[in-house]
Amino acid sequence: MAGEFGNPEVIEEEVDILLIGGGMACCGAAFEIMRWAEGTDLKIKLVDKAAMDRSGAVAQGLSAINTYIGSEQDPADYARMVSNDLMGITRDDLAYDLGRHVDESVHLFEEWGLPIWKTDENGERHNGAEGLTPLKDGGKPVRSGKWQIMINGESYKWIVAEAAKKAMGIDNIQERVFIVKLVNDKNDPNRVAGAVGFSVREHKLYVYKFKACLLAAGGCVNLFRPRSVGEGQGRAWYPVWNAGSTYAMAAEAGAELTMMENRFVPTRFKDGYGPVGAWFLLFKAKATNAFGEVYMDRNKEMLDDYPPYGQAAVPASCLRNHLMLKEMREGRGPIYMDTVTALANLRETLSPREVKHLEAEAWEDFLDMCVGQCGIWVGENIEPEKKNSELMPTEPYLLGSHSGCCGIWVSGPEDVGAPTDEEYDGIPEHLPKGWNWGYRSMTTVKGLFTAGDGVGASGHKFSSGSHAEGRMCAKSMVKFALDNKDWKPELDTPVDQLMEEIYKPVRNFIEHKDYTTAIDVNPNYITPRMLQFRLQKIMDEYVAGVATYYTTNSKMLEVAEEKLGMLKEDAEKMRAKDLHELLRAWENYHRILTAEAHMKHIQFREESRYPGFYYRMDYNIVDEDNWKCFVNSVYDKNTKTWTCFKRKHVDLVDKSKLFK
Amino acid sequence: MPTFVRTDKCDGCKGQDKTACMYICPHDLMKLDKDGSETGHAMKAFNQEPDQCWECYSCVKICPQQAIEARHYADIVPLGGSVQPLRGTDSIMWTIKFRNGTMKRFKFPIRTTPEGSIDPYAGKPAADMSKISEPGFFCQENGYREGDRSELIRV
Ligand SMILES: Cc1cc2nc3c(=O)[nH]c(=O)nc-3n(C[C@H](O)[C@H](O)[C@H](O)COP(=O)(O)OP(=O)(O)OC[C@H]3O[C@@H](n4cnc5c(N)ncnc54)[C@H](O)[C@@H]3O)c2cc1C
Ligand code: SF4
Ligand code: SF4
Repeated sequence: MAGEFGNPEVIEEEVDILLIGGGMACCGAAFEIMRWAEGTDLKIKLVDKAAMDRSGAVAQGLSAINTYIGSEQDPADYARMVSNDLMGITRDDLAYDLGRHVDESVHLFEEWGLPIWKTDENGERHNGAEGLTPLKDGGKPVRSGKWQIMINGESYKWIVAEAAKKAMGIDNIQERVFIVKLVNDKNDPNRVAGAVGFSVREHKLYVYKFKACLLAAGGCVNLFRPRSVGEGQGRAWYPVWNAGSTYAMAAEAGAELTMMENRFVPTRFKDGYGPVGAWFLLFKAKATNAFGEVYMDRNKEMLDDYPPYGQAAVPASCLRNHLMLKEMREGRGPIYMDTVTALANLRETLSPREVKHLEAEAWEDFLDMCVGQCGIWVGENIEPEKKNSELMPTEPYLLGSHSGCCGIWVSGPEDVGAPTDEEYDGIPEHLPKGWNWGYRSMTTVKGLFTAGDGVGASGHKFSSGSHAEGRMCAKSMVKFALDNKDWKPELDTPVDQLMEEIYKPVRNFIEHKDYTTAIDVNPNYITPRMLQFRLQKIMDEYVAGVATYYTTNSKMLEVAEEKLGMLKEDAEKMRAKDLHELLRAWENYHRILTAEAHMKHIQFREESRYPGFYYRMDYNIVDEDNWKCFVNSVYDKNTKTWTCFKRKHVDLVDKSKLFK
Repeated sequence: MPTFVRTDKCDGCKGQDKTACMYICPHDLMKLDKDGSETGHAMKAFNQEPDQCWECYSCVKICPQQAIEARHYADIVPLGGSVQPLRGTDSIMWTIKFRNGTMKRFKFPIRTTPEGSIDPYAGKPAADMSKISEPGFFCQENGYREGDRSELIRV
């Protein structure tokens, strides 16, 4: 039967392992998994809501690989950096393990054709197409920071996807299918057995059954009102298409989330949100207030309020925002990146050949990963050697692989000294104790794995680390599937009920559309667009968005809680007038759940752990005695309620080395 | 700067089911108006939700007719500039025009191997099943960092 709008064809398929997402993490998993699965007859499939060549956060390309350890640094150094940037509360086991593995993925990228900049024996820089010695054979990358290396990365995702697609085989890939929810097992509510989604191209509903699944659908953007609210609202820093599907679906399946109070508020070039990393690290530019004063110097004593995190050679990202926000709040804005002085200084120290490349490098930094910033420069006649550019902190985003650490609680490696017990009371009985429970990267729900932005309490994995983390999952999922060879998944919900749920927005539309003359204004349904605006307004005004300079308190959170509750109820009345709108409807549902988790965690954590990212004005301190711990939560999909609790934080590497 | 499609250049990908721009947009924005009922231009594509456009340029780069350009977000950017790429197989060329008429051109490498040439497992060992529970990958090329175990304070 060919499907039609509102009455889709149902396609049921049973596989052993399903990969949800086609971003860096799933591309890594795809490459690694097919090799381990050779000769096992495991059936593996990948679904992506978009086209893998350009899906996820790397769609546009990147100008740097932000995590490359190199032979000169130790995974322990990396774990220390991650911890300090995230104000001390990260899982050293996860960061350390990533640090061991990540460079392998970078070496593959180079082999596949990604141009990586090199430094020659005279210290001169060369672009990645000049054929200098590859990294794996001892070639020297161009470091734009201690951990970052420069690339010509316009086709980064295209290249990584090509390898993944070749490894998977095109028959095992389903693009343009949006996964709406995971389905638990009929006989074990703490296990996943399937996933359902729909095609945005054809009237087809896909129901997958599996033994194991990798959920790596990126982080969450647009849960807060963006700074631009007209045509420019699509230009968030974070790619607008990652809608919190990872966190929402995992939570509904019963997975334990961690550090959902964490957020990332990047300071970027104003309005275009072009990257600043190369400007700070490679071009050595300084950020100043309107009067040319360097706020990191002017306000440096503010770092002493947050020992020890403010005292590392590179203070935590949020604290750098904290020092800048003081200038803005006290009326010494706008904030500028002093590109003019930086480029002039470089002209004095570099060879003429390098100076020629310099201008191109500055533009390439944007053209490879944020063309929109060039759009602003050309529209406003900004040439960086002649005119400085404004900086601005963005609206908050939730992610676990960039400079943020919200996500899902996963099982870590067993050989690095991670705790195997818990100290705090209040952890729900059914959850595992300690930091590893058998399968690396498995969540607290049996059979459900995650990577990249999905893994919480780590962070700073970036593109390379997300790929490597996907590869680590691949191995443990193969093991899990083989260990459970004879287990048969059974869905806890009948397929026609799943279809009814997913197509409800379509039913709402068809049933009520003729009640009024204006298609978008109808008391019986709400457009996904308005649902999103309402969510963004609540989050912006009550949960420390830009409207309140990132401040909130328990009373504001109470208001948010009530309003989000009603919003969640109204989500039952979402309408979808076509498949594109059905996509928007479920994206926004995922955003609402993610937002609710964020709000609940901020409410539970009675301190301000990330000054510069958010402030609870009723507890405007970092409280090391009571809150140097993980805040974790589980969601009950039946009662639609959250339970938050603490887990003890333990250091596995010596952090004091950062401050010597 | 949402993208726009030039009526004089778009050929609807010659009436194929899957147009290049629809195929590639990560946010499902590009749409073919088959009968012209949505735009007045039959068999041409359009951006159906301009205020959701990330300006990732995926559609601009892939369009075989170079029919897609971007007009920078009108609520932010003064009119008159343009940033237009031409993506080849090993490099990309950018033509940049400022509002005041200044022009710049840049060319950057994008790839060192021919498109479609990746053979992921060529020359790589098979996976050693006895190591499936250990750290490391099936193939390792000088990138695995063993680490100084004395740094681990609890082992
Ligand atoms: C603006 C920005 C700049 C960055 N700059 C750098 C940099 O310079 N260097 C660096 O190394 N790293 C950088 N990163 C980090 C890097 O991009 C991420 O760490 C990495 O992409 C995360 O991988 P992932 O697989 O978790 O998510 P993604 O790569 O974002 O992939 C998510 C995938 O899930 C799919 N998906 C989403 N929802 C669903 C659903 N419901 N059903 C099916 N599929 C779904 C998407 O289509 C996509 O394929 C940057 C990130 C951002 C956002
Ligand atoms: S890819 Fe270009 S030619 Fe093809 S439909 Fe889109 S705009 Fe038209
Ligand atoms: S620029 Fe990117 S987001 Fe905008 S329409 Fe094109 S592909 Fe889609």
